[in-house]
Amino acid sequence: MNVIDILNREQRKEQLPGFRSGDTVKVYSKIVEGGKERVQMFEGVVTVHKGGGTSESITVRRVAHGVGVEKTFLVHSPRVEKIDVGKRGRVRRSRLYYLSDRIGKAARIKEKKTVRPTER
Amino acid sequence: MKNILGRKVGMTSVFTDDGRFVPVTVIEAGPCTVVERRTKEKHGYESVALGFGAIKKRRVTRALAGHFKKQGVEPSRFVREFRDDIDDVEVGQTVTVGSFVAGDRVDVIGISKGHGFAGGIKRHKFSGGGASHGSMIHRQPASNGDTNAGRTVRGSRRPGHYGTDRTTHQNLEIVRADVERNLLLVRGPVPGAKNALVVVRRSRKSANLPAAVEAS
Repeated sequence: MNVIDILNREQRKEQLPGFRSGDTVKVYSKIVEGGKERVQMFEGVVTVHKGGGTSESITVRRVAHGVGVEKTFLVHSPRVEKIDVGKRGRVRRSRLYYLSDRIGKAARIKEKKTVRPTER
Repeated sequence: MKNILGRKVGMTSVFTDDGRFVPVTVIEAGPCTVVERRTKEKHGYESVALGFGAIKKRRVTRALAGHFKKQGVEPSRFVREFRDDIDDVEVGQTVTVGSFVAGDRVDVIGISKGHGFAGGIKRHKFSGGGASHGSMIHRQPASNGDTNAGRTVRGSRRPGHYGTDRTTHQNLEIVRADVERNLLLVRGPVPGAKNALVVVRRSRKSANLPAAVEAS
């Protein structure tokens, strides 16, 4: 294995839950606020899951106070402490860009009844 | 001494301690031996020559072998001189990436990748002509200047051989120095192909900044 592969492997987290687009997740990330570090939770639907290796990232969408908010997290970043997977959504595409055009009931995602384990 | 020789391994991205995800070039640098110390009295200028890389005995030219023998050091494949940051450096001393810390500023010198005989667009960033609508000038250099001059202006930018030039990237940030594996992670790209020799030297620009001068 070459040096770059080793470096990349070191950056990666070994323990990560399997998740995919449409799933509802809680992302716990460290943020610095007023000189102090604390953990912030962001809950929403995974709309985009892209990249592989160290640069793997997810975009999480939630509607807060009537405003759609999307946040992108680098999954392997040391700033992202934990990712919890909640509901599994039944969706038919990998990138849910259409969600941003929908409001309210139209923006719902059906829940998967039987969940096949997502591979990591 | 923040100077070293190394081999360009390739590029990747790493997370820094402050949470940034930065593109880096991995350089396998050192350990280097100081193979010569040049002085003002004897040679007319001050410099330190570093040797890097193993070489078979029979591959060392007689001329170079003589140099190494005179200094009493093992022969090395590459030898380069440095003129910056060379106080208290002695022949035989070993230089590792341990002399670098994250946040240091360096210049990286390499031989850029060869592009062969390249046109004006690639070589001089010409904008080129239109692709369609009957434009008959696509990637040509178009006008070459005054027809009345009866000569070509010196230094005018034309297609020609591009690449394999000694290229310096200045003021690059050291993201990490891995002493155990002799690795230097430098932010951003570095000239040269993979496995090529690169010269890392203390940055000339930032070393002359008021803040850096005050600190030293």
